[in-house]
Amino acid sequence: MMAKIGISSLDELFSTIPKDIMLKRELNVPSPMTELELIQLFEKITQKNNYQNYLSFLGAGAYSHVIPYIVDYLSSRGEFISPYTPYQPEVSQGTLQVIFEFQTLICQLTGMDIANASLYDGASAAAEAVLMAHRLKGKSKVIIAKTLHPHYRRVIQTYVKNLGVEIEEIKYSETGEFDLKDLRKKLDDKTAAVVFQSPNFMGIIENLKKISDLAHSVQALSIVVVTEPVSLGILEAPGKLGADIVAGEGQSFGLPLSFGGPYLGFMACCQEYIRQFPGRIAGQTKDVDGKRGFVLTLSTREQHIRRERATSNICTNQAWCALRATIFLETLGREGLKELAWQNIQKANYALEKLSQIKGIKRKFKGNFFNEFVLEFSGGFEKISGFLRKKGIIGGLNLGEYYPELKKCALVCVTEMHKREEIDKLAAILKEGVKEK
Amino acid sequence: MIREPLIFEISEKGKRAFSLPELDVPSKKDILRNLPVRDEIEGFPQVSEVEIVRHFTRLSQTNHCIDVGFYPLGSCTMKYNPKINEKIASLLEFNSSHPAAPLDLVQGNLEVLKTTEELLAELTGMDAFSLQPSAGAQGELVGMMLIRAYLGERGNPRKIVLIPDSAHGTNPSSAHLCGYRVQEIRSNKKGTIDLKSLAQNMTEEVAALMITNPNTLGVFEVDIKKMAEIVHSKGGFVYMDGANMNALIGVCRPGDMDVDVIHLNLHKTFSTPHGGGGPGSGPVGVKRMLKPYLPLPIIERKDGKYFLNFDRPKSIGKVHSFYGNFLVIVKALAYILSLGYEGLKEVSEVAVLNSNYIRKSLEREYYLKYKTPTLHECVFSDKFQREHGVGNIDIAKRLIDFGLHPPTMSFPLIVRGALMTEPTETESKRDLDLFIDAMKQISKEAKKNPEVVRSAPHTSYVRRLDETSAARNPVLMWMEKKKIK
Ligand SMILES: Cc1ncc(COP(=O)(O)O)c(C=O)c1O
Repeated sequence: MMAKIGISSLDELFSTIPKDIMLKRELNVPSPMTELELIQLFEKITQKNNYQNYLSFLGAGAYSHVIPYIVDYLSSRGEFISPYTPYQPEVSQGTLQVIFEFQTLICQLTGMDIANASLYDGASAAAEAVLMAHRLKGKSKVIIAKTLHPHYRRVIQTYVKNLGVEIEEIKYSETGEFDLKDLRKKLDDKTAAVVFQSPNFMGIIENLKKISDLAHSVQALSIVVVTEPVSLGILEAPGKLGADIVAGEGQSFGLPLSFGGPYLGFMACCQEYIRQFPGRIAGQTKDVDGKRGFVLTLSTREQHIRRERATSNICTNQAWCALRATIFLETLGREGLKELAWQNIQKANYALEKLSQIKGIKRKFKGNFFNEFVLEFSGGFEKISGFLRKKGIIGGLNLGEYYPELKKCALVCVTEMHKREEIDKLAAILKEGVKEK
Repeated sequence: MIREPLIFEISEKGKRAFSLPELDVPSKKDILRNLPVRDEIEGFPQVSEVEIVRHFTRLSQTNHCIDVGFYPLGSCTMKYNPKINEKIASLLEFNSSHPAAPLDLVQGNLEVLKTTEELLAELTGMDAFSLQPSAGAQGELVGMMLIRAYLGERGNPRKIVLIPDSAHGTNPSSAHLCGYRVQEIRSNKKGTIDLKSLAQNMTEEVAALMITNPNTLGVFEVDIKKMAEIVHSKGGFVYMDGANMNALIGVCRPGDMDVDVIHLNLHKTFSTPHGGGGPGSGPVGVKRMLKPYLPLPIIERKDGKYFLNFDRPKSIGKVHSFYGNFLVIVKALAYILSLGYEGLKEVSEVAVLNSNYIRKSLEREYYLKYKTPTLHECVFSDKFQREHGVGNIDIAKRLIDFGLHPPTMSFPLIVRGALMTEPTETESKRDLDLFIDAMKQISKEAKKNPEVVRSAPHTSYVRRLDETSAARNPVLMWMEKKKIK
């Protein structure tokens, strides 16, 4: 090969690079490792973790759910893992049809007309929805519920900071719901969108219809964010309750917790907003023989064609995560997802009933909830949390870190993964812990 | 071959592939009383497990992928993905730990992140990294935000970002998303940035120059230090799109070229699989002065323990729901450690060798607009074939008949009919020769029998698809027959 190129040493390949830039020393990287050494090293690193030995009730935007084995089995096929974006549809029908099915499933779940192939994660999907509303309405104000996931609010802040968008936050009411009174005060004709989460960060299921109607009364868009999409197995589709854009996190659908990523941002909207919709979209068409096939379409919205005027800068997305979600949803099917949602709401209710009977522990919000709820500890959560830790339990998320006014409170998540004995164990140990102090 | 239907089309009432253990708590019937409940998820499929397995297995078989063969998609660095990295990323404590877990229970995860940051800094000559961006484009956006925050704090965020006309589409798009106006600078005859034109365009309203090095033609920007001097002399920053770092690892470092900010694509240079379009990871590296602005949180070490520092008043804020695409980062770290310094350097050498072998072998059959020496990729065009009515798309589609994936065609915009070809280092001479022979044969066909090229592909699962009507009459989801108006 070198003869063909006409060089006699590999260094000549780099002869165009100025000498003063060339590295003159070896880089400080550990010596190469064989496969055996590598796996041994990483196993050792994982031993510095110790999360699996705990009984955990953490949720807050990342949920532990059942993953049918075929999700792992099928998604690990090289034909799914090792290609890239399906730019050449004739050799990418597998990937494209999966995207088309994914879009269909998301539309069915959300009750919207169109969905895209995925965005990075729930937070960036929420941010993209805000930017989309800003472009559609040409107005500068966006109203955001304080019960939208605190990380999502921060990511939105980061995304809009340089674009002249002004954000106002809406309080939560005594029941933990979106405060409609506060919304009425802040809504005006400068408002491009109202953004809220349901079930919200406190686990409370919002009244989508009322909030959306209010948003529409000033021609603002209603943006519904969903961080726990299993809830859609049982709750009415946001599209039927007035949502204009639904954005969210699909991690619950077949993606392991993975210390926060890769996850699955998804987004869906009404037909009329398609020109401002971000991200890749697959569409159906025919080949020259009249056979059905799928292609990436409406790409004049995208960066590779529209450049600085694109609807988003996204290029690489989370396609493989969307594949897992597709396999997950098709495996659970119509009955399975409903049943999954049903078990979540039942178990969470069982847990709340049990835990709120303990002296010194109180249910914080009266609103209806799905699989998360807030408990208030009369003696504060921090000490109890330490006590639980000693007993091998992570009792929930300390809300004081995000909401100073909730410093005695914890957000507790219960899913189908928690056995009744485990919930009972949490109750028993909490009882002990509350007495202890 | 069986034509695989949509899952919705084989759905039958009552079929299922999943069951849960019986509910082990007392069931409260009225639990949904005050809630807006749905009846059925209309249209949701009902199929058996074997049907799902066959559905996805058959669909997978219609994909071309690295595991099957050559994939010279330029700029995307479609190298082989070592399988052990998948196994490592699936270790239970990595893939099942909660992002809000108490930090003393996830010290291993934090060690992975911190070690990766430090190694990337060493490989690129930058001072600090954030691993949070989910892909290259998000890295670009973050990089632009860092520059804007720095300048803004000093009174003027400025208005313009300079970007060469050869740049990838995400560059202008990311600059725009950060509130900047994009000013394009034209490439010179060598395909590189013209120093004079840069000097003319560089004013005190320019926040940054966004440069790709080697650029999208595969050409090294030899004047990069002079460019940096011009940009710095007016108080601007040099941003480097590091998508093409596969040509440079172990050879030279952006940090030593006076680059201020860079993003890497772990899904390119560091072999993490592309997953049919993602997930990727787009870490951002900076020089010291931009460190205070990095996304929240940053990982620090104190008394042998890792912790997350959120107390960073100058930070641009959060950009990810949690800490980035963690499992992708695990795979990239495993890749780096498996190769070591020598292995990484060899990656660049062989990537450049392979590319130049292809260039040399095909430069008579395919037009090279720029004769400048190239590194890891080169951009041919269809100029010679166009004389016979055969365009780059036709050539691409014909390659499919040879069991090969086509090169990139959508950019760089400065080459009409582009065929951007990047073989990567993982291909053997035999694989390169298969591609070279196929390209030569197609060039012959273009002259003697152009119709066979124009009507390609002939052997694929579907043949040429009508993209125009797909966009004109969009069908973006499946609907039950009775519902289609
Ligand atoms: C030169 C260049 N820059 C930037 C990007 C964007 O990276 P990503 O797709 O990871 O967002 C790409 C990749 O497609 C690229 O080729």
